[in-house]
Amino acid sequence: MMQFFQRLGASTRTSFTKLGRATYFLLQTLSGILSVLPRPRLLMNQLFSVGVLSFLIITISGLFVGMVLGLQGFYILSDFGAEESLGIMVAASLVRELGPVVTALLFAGRAGSALTAEIGLMKATEQLSGMEMMAIDPIRRIISPRFLAGFISMPLLASLFSAIGIIGGQLVGTGLLGVDDGAYWSQMQNQIDFYDDIINGVIKSIIFGFVTSWIALFEGYDAIPTSEGVSRATTRTVVNSAFSILGLDFILTALMFGDD
Amino acid sequence: MDNSNSSQNTLVSVRNLTFSRGNNKIFDDISLDFERGKITAIMGPSGTGKTTLLKLIGGQLYPEQGTITVDGQNVHRLRRKELYELRKRMGMLFQSGALLTDMNVYDNVAFPLREHTHLTESMIRSLVLMKLQAVGLRGAHQLMPNELSGGMARRVAMARAIALDPMMILYDEPFTGQDPISMGVLVLLIKALNETLGLTSIIVSHDVQETAQIADYIYVISNGKVVDHGTPAQIEQSSSEWVQQFMKGAADGPVHFHYPAKEYVDDLLSTGKRY
Ligand SMILES: Nc1ncnc2c1ncn2[C@@H]1O[C@H](COP(=O)(O)OP(=O)(O)OP(=O)(O)O)[C@@H](O)[C@H]1O
Ligand SMILES: [Mg+2]
Repeated sequence: MMQFFQRLGASTRTSFTKLGRATYFLLQTLSGILSVLPRPRLLMNQLFSVGVLSFLIITISGLFVGMVLGLQGFYILSDFGAEESLGIMVAASLVRELGPVVTALLFAGRAGSALTAEIGLMKATEQLSGMEMMAIDPIRRIISPRFLAGFISMPLLASLFSAIGIIGGQLVGTGLLGVDDGAYWSQMQNQIDFYDDIINGVIKSIIFGFVTSWIALFEGYDAIPTSEGVSRATTRTVVNSAFSILGLDFILTALMFGDD
Repeated sequence: MDNSNSSQNTLVSVRNLTFSRGNNKIFDDISLDFERGKITAIMGPSGTGKTTLLKLIGGQLYPEQGTITVDGQNVHRLRRKELYELRKRMGMLFQSGALLTDMNVYDNVAFPLREHTHLTESMIRSLVLMKLQAVGLRGAHQLMPNELSGGMARRVAMARAIALDPMMILYDEPFTGQDPISMGVLVLLIKALNETLGLTSIIVSHDVQETAQIADYIYVISNGKVVDHGTPAQIEQSSSEWVQQFMKGAADGPVHFHYPAKEYVDDLLSTGKRY
């Protein structure tokens, strides 16, 4: 029994010190962003590898998710003779929930894991210490541009996901199942609110981008500098990002859509 | 051992340094001095903490006790910014090379120049080619680090370490993995840099012959202590059996090849107990 509490205490302590390190790391990263701004090239390179290279997976996933929503939505709505509202259903679920959440999960798997592995390996091969000895702060030079790129890419990718998903829903709904094309779009236009739906969705994805990039970069930076250490850190990035995204999504949804 | 009074000519001075990794005491109250414009070598068995000492001097690790001053500044008391200013004047050659793997050889050597100076690309180009020429790798300038052999990577790292024309260079095992010819060239290069640019060099090396050839002063460390120090001639004549064995590389003698451990027999007989 005693041992149990001892172990519990020890692991709580390590989690708290890790949280402390992560917070300190975040503050350094944020202050490093100021020195990225005058060097757009650094940011561009990262926007490319973090954002542009995620285009394909986001587009394809968005298309399929939209198509499935079209199918499922049609079956349910047609029971009530409300298949004209398919557009609202597809758009609302995408813009409010699936766009930000699924994009963030895919982003953590595609770009987050890559970031962790890259930073972890740079640490393991002494590239980060090497930079420090050349009087170049690795946080400013390496971490901050990547963080900023993740933060910027996420809302753009989520919007892309939702937009493609809406088209996917339309392809299935109007193309395959015979919903009226005009109704699909006009009902969507009437019912989807710019602030309540779109802006809230974008806010979600901004928060997810912040958290996922933070987790991915910190896990890499804090990794034990061996192959096993890096592989574990990569796993932790995906798992911790998924938990944080889903947990935060619940909280944010409760706050944003709770009272109406 | 009388190295407590540091003269004006000392660039780096290590005073009463104590440092441990866990329960493993790596340095136990040692003091060393490195003179300006000289080549000082640090020798000692593998795992005694030579790399650790260089990292302490570079301010990447913190001592438990004692001080390290470089050019009159206490490395571990400096603010971040001052430490970075100091590091710009220190070149360090890592044992592993530590090249940036996403850039080719040329960009690796250009990296510190691009980060710290406002030179034009054409000036950077001449500087980089000059440094690469010095280490004999000008022709390899567009290779990626994964296309280099270990010895070549170390030479590129050396070109990068001298890119900013520092006042001092810390070399961690510059000769390992070099064939006799490039070894000879590197020995001459280190010597030449030292003489023409007035650099201060600290070399960590196991290559006793090569190092003794160019070093002005040698420290032999083991088990957290300075075992002996002096000019190469003095070290060669050392009365210490230990140093004699180390310099000659004999298998028998007071030096232990093994990492400290319990009795071999006990270890073999303690069956069933897993590490
Ligand atoms: N990150 C670390 N964590 C714990 N112990 C370490 C760490 N790095 C080094 N050590 C220990 O510190 C001691 C000194 O290591 P160091 O790398 O300085 O040796 P070295 O003298 O450079 O050896 P070599 O000549 O083989 O390069 C070793 O006994 C090693 O076990
Ligand atoms: Mg070493």
